[in-house]
Amino acid sequence: MSRVVRVAGGQGFWGDWPEAPRRQVEGGPVDYLMLDYLAEVTMSILQKQKERDAAMGYARDFVGAMESVLPAVVERGVKVIANAGGVNPEACAAAVQAMAARAGHAGALRIGIVTGDNLLPRIDELLAAGHALHNMDTGEPLSVVRDRVIAANAYIGSTPIVEALAKGANVVITGRSTDTALTMAPLRHEFGWGAAEWDKLAAGIIAGHIIECGAQCSGGNCLHDWRGIENLADVGYPIVEGNADGTFVVTKHPGTGGRVSVPTVTEQLVYEMGDPHAYITPDVVADFTSIRLEQAGNDRVRVFGIKGAPATDKLKVSIAYRSGFKAVGSLVYAWPDALEKAQLADRVLRERLDRLGLHFEKVLSEFVGASATHGPLAGDAGRNAPEVQYRIGVRDADKRKVERFTREIVPLVLNGPPSVTGFAGGRPKVEEIVAYWPALVDKRMVQTRVEVR
Amino acid sequence: MRVRLLDIAHARSGDKGDTANVGVIALRPEWYPVLATHLTRDRVARHFAGVIEGGVDRYELPNLKALNFLLHGALDGGGTLSLKTDAQGKVYSTALLRIELDVPDAEARAAGLPEAP
Repeated sequence: MSRVVRVAGGQGFWGDWPEAPRRQVEGGPVDYLMLDYLAEVTMSILQKQKERDAAMGYARDFVGAMESVLPAVVERGVKVIANAGGVNPEACAAAVQAMAARAGHAGALRIGIVTGDNLLPRIDELLAAGHALHNMDTGEPLSVVRDRVIAANAYIGSTPIVEALAKGANVVITGRSTDTALTMAPLRHEFGWGAAEWDKLAAGIIAGHIIECGAQCSGGNCLHDWRGIENLADVGYPIVEGNADGTFVVTKHPGTGGRVSVPTVTEQLVYEMGDPHAYITPDVVADFTSIRLEQAGNDRVRVFGIKGAPATDKLKVSIAYRSGFKAVGSLVYAWPDALEKAQLADRVLRERLDRLGLHFEKVLSEFVGASATHGPLAGDAGRNAPEVQYRIGVRDADKRKVERFTREIVPLVLNGPPSVTGFAGGRPKVEEIVAYWPALVDKRMVQTRVEVR
Repeated sequence: MRVRLLDIAHARSGDKGDTANVGVIALRPEWYPVLATHLTRDRVARHFAGVIEGGVDRYELPNLKALNFLLHGALDGGGTLSLKTDAQGKVYSTALLRIELDVPDAEARAAGLPEAP
């Protein structure tokens, strides 16, 4: 029997179940714990925090997660790989080392710190050198919003993580690495896959795609037979059992809830998918039309047949920029005629905004319980709803206009249609919008660095 | 025969910017050819007319018995810009499953498709 490397997924996003990391290292044998913290907008939030306090700018939940798995790391040699570093991986590593020292394990952690993804200090240099950082969706050059940019990070691949592991790190903290590299890197490290073994690298990436959203491949948010999925209260997070040839099994710890089946894994495979023939990563272009799945026992799915193609010479860059303000407020109208009352409230409110001369870039009204999620496709089903939530949002560059809007909702309780409640929150708050600008940059413009402390 | 997509497929959706993706998966392998034949790009575009602002792309994954649809202009700008409850397109999946297909009787019987109630 050839060697198997077990990579456990313990967080699917910043805010995922705090119990999951500890359950993954205590529920059975695992070699690596993979924790994904970064969504597209997360880097800009972290950048703002770092501007206020130079010791911040990383996913602080990670320190608690590390504390909860520290015995497994120190005593059993489980290694942890996380993109928790955000825009400040050094500070993240220092906080984890301080926690370990307080817990009596000073010197037990060798933390590999991966940096080089942060392009914010280099934007003007890149623009001056002819890298226009065009928006991949709209084609506009970054110069259009340059003065409003607050974060810019290249998505980096598996190579620096592999380097950190090779240097003996038992914890690897990255900034904006791809979610999938966090899983592929330990497999590549353990099995010695070369940088041009495209099929194996693609398999590692697809293993990463399957477990990067935590329990979303093991019964969570699963539409298929959802009533029949048992014991979600005790749901097992996913584990990849990787083989040297690139095949792997997706499973979870025995006795946990949820389910690992061909349908649960397939739902996760198609999640956030674009062109399935070309899933582009910094390491390899993976072909999702090559994936074969087979049920290989209870809560075990075997994945094989995966093909990959050479990586491109570009890296994706995630840029965040300030883009105006928004506010969303709501009221609840009760039976009878809940929807009709909510619709009248909407007409009244819009007429008042008009009379105030308040015009916005966007005003969106929704009727939760009738049509908010499926729009006109929902038909007449909301007509006799026991209650309907009227939800209205505005968006505009002018903060004062958005603030004025927030004062127009609650008055409807006494001066609008009847049978209204659900206003305990008072005026909605005005939020600054930090928008996302996806771009590409030449790979050779980004140099990653690895340091083990 | 009228066939509800909800009875022959499951689905999951997500977002990339202002585009929602919906992966539609046959509940039985033998029902995938029905999806491949009848759940066309035009059928889906017609379904979402007036709901999304952009066009529709369609990809086939016979290996997973699945189709992937990209619904462009579906999320009021997407991400943090969006004012929608479903800003990340999480439930476009079930909105797509509202589709009913018209399948020729012989084909429907051969595949053992359940008839819409």
